[in-house]
Amino acid sequence: MFTSTNSYIASSQLQEVVNVSIALEKPLLLRGEPGTGKTLLAKAIAEHLGAPLISWNVKSTTLAQQGLYTYDAVQRLHDSRFGDGDVNDLSQYIKLGPLGQAFSMDKRPVLLIDEIDKADMEFPNDLLHELDQMSFYIPETNETITASQRPMVIITSNAEKELPDAFLRRCVFHYIEFPNPDLMRQIVDVHYPDLDEKLISRCMARFYWLRDLDELRKKPSTSELVDWIGALLRSGIDPDKLQKELPFIGVLIKKERDLVALKKRLG
Amino acid sequence: MFIEFFYLLRARGVPVATQELLDLLHALSKGLDQQNLERFYVLGRSVLVKRVEHYDLWDQVFSEFFKDRPFSFDLDALTEEVMDWLKDPREMRELTDEEREALEALRRDELLKQLQNRLETQKERHDGGSHWIGTGGTSPFGHSGENPAGVRIGESGPGKKNGGGGAVAVAQARNFRNLRRDIKLDVRSIGVALRKLKLLTRDGRADELDLDGTIEATGKNAGDLEIVMRAPRKNKVKLLLLMDVGGSMTPYSRLCSRLFTAAHQASHFKQFKSYYFHNCPYGVLYEDMSQRQYTETREVFAQLDQSWKCVVVGDAAMAPDELMYSGGSIDLYHLNQRSGLSWLEELKELVPSTVWLNPDPLNYWEVTYTVRRIREIFDMYPLTLEGLDDAVARLKQRAV
Repeated sequence: MFTSTNSYIASSQLQEVVNVSIALEKPLLLRGEPGTGKTLLAKAIAEHLGAPLISWNVKSTTLAQQGLYTYDAVQRLHDSRFGDGDVNDLSQYIKLGPLGQAFSMDKRPVLLIDEIDKADMEFPNDLLHELDQMSFYIPETNETITASQRPMVIITSNAEKELPDAFLRRCVFHYIEFPNPDLMRQIVDVHYPDLDEKLISRCMARFYWLRDLDELRKKPSTSELVDWIGALLRSGIDPDKLQKELPFIGVLIKKERDLVALKKRLG
Repeated sequence: MFIEFFYLLRARGVPVATQELLDLLHALSKGLDQQNLERFYVLGRSVLVKRVEHYDLWDQVFSEFFKDRPFSFDLDALTEEVMDWLKDPREMRELTDEEREALEALRRDELLKQLQNRLETQKERHDGGSHWIGTGGTSPFGHSGENPAGVRIGESGPGKKNGGGGAVAVAQARNFRNLRRDIKLDVRSIGVALRKLKLLTRDGRADELDLDGTIEATGKNAGDLEIVMRAPRKNKVKLLLLMDVGGSMTPYSRLCSRLFTAAHQASHFKQFKSYYFHNCPYGVLYEDMSQRQYTETREVFAQLDQSWKCVVVGDAAMAPDELMYSGGSIDLYHLNQRSGLSWLEELKELVPSTVWLNPDPLNYWEVTYTVRRIREIFDMYPLTLEGLDDAVARLKQRAV
């Protein structure tokens, strides 16, 4: 059973959903505000299971095919022209992508497909069959790569693009809510175990106050809170000062417009 | 019982598919809910609901369904119920053809076989009393609720009344209300919706290296390099946005300006133009919201053709005169010789791919004469994210 680890605090709902996904052997699709630890979860699961982690960071130009394998025809062409290597041995020009690597591992790996919504709209559809069957065919070498153990697949999305229904049906889905103060306390504890009680309660109060401001277009996230506390600690600031001012505000607020709005608010 | 729950979810707009129902059954058969309604709440949601926009609907259905119901089931009765349902075509009346096809495939499905096997073995082991059936059970295939040994769920733990009030309370809190897509409509979400308005074609000068083509051609050319060029992919959508401002549209001005901003930011259109009108487009269209600068509608229309897509935003609510008669314009200084309706009909002819977005609630539509009249010309969608999505999907279809 997956539980929170030394370095990653998961809500009880999230823990349960991870276990559902493992038991049903279905990909886990995660959504949530940036900075709620979607990507880190994959690392935590891999650590917990003692499994290798394979990450596939999807970009706008990423193609589904690249996740399976790429055939380096240019290299082969090059070799054939200049007589390097054995051009009849096609397998040396086949390079497995993250999905291909995950399928061909001896040990059951954790495969992270990060920010799947960045890619083209058709991208998820192109992976349906491979994720279902956990196998694919390489025509160049007449070879079929089949996973001996179904990898645990974690997919993250920021909902920039709507994912196709057929794809969604095959996943277990969870929306990571922004941590409530109690859970946030535990998360901060993991990063800074021996924190001054006064400092942490002041920081938390200020942080949730900021998040509640309607003027802010981008609300500060968990990772930014952790960074902010780090900055405050290093500067050795007096916690009482936090009631009046917000030092190192640049760690929390990244948008020029938000800074202006905040200044106006603080007067 | 689960079939009822399944249909209630569907009726309320959560698009649950049969495969997902079987997945849920599969999860239950693995004991993942640990016979606890709170856990079932999370488990069911993760398997049945795939969009955060539907979390609120799930909460509503869940609390409604389990509030006053003594929640008990035994897995075999449940499996039986689903099997019966899968066998009985009359029960499928609410499913679409596509889903019915998917069901056919499902009947041959591995999971289904597993569940069936499970049912068989459960039958044999029954007397010993399994995890799922209490030892006193005499009829493992009795209907849920009638089986005295059915597992009761969610009655342990503090703060629970009426069979699992805990999870129901969570559901009743409706924490995901704000994430409903028909409510939240900010610039970014509109932008995301508009980004889908894309029709990619290879057009114009061939100035992009076609690597695959080059390799293929070079291969055929016995390894002697042969370069193949092609035109890059470009969006060919040209968008015209017409917005009603002032009067009855004033309450929606913020919403409209967000739509305008999002459309302006969207850099992927081949061409984008926007104009304002008041009540109904007549002989002139305005270039600014305060309606000072204007262009003759005729001039705007002259530049349009079938390659354009047009979105009209307005409540379409006006006095019948203002739509039907010449001289009907509400602005007295402006004598329109042609009726608004005839301009709209001309627009429809020029740009068949035109949709109308109406910010008024749906129940206003039927009772307003001019709305009904305009809907005879254009497809009308509510100005919500869902409506916008549908409108974009409509625009992407070939002109009819």
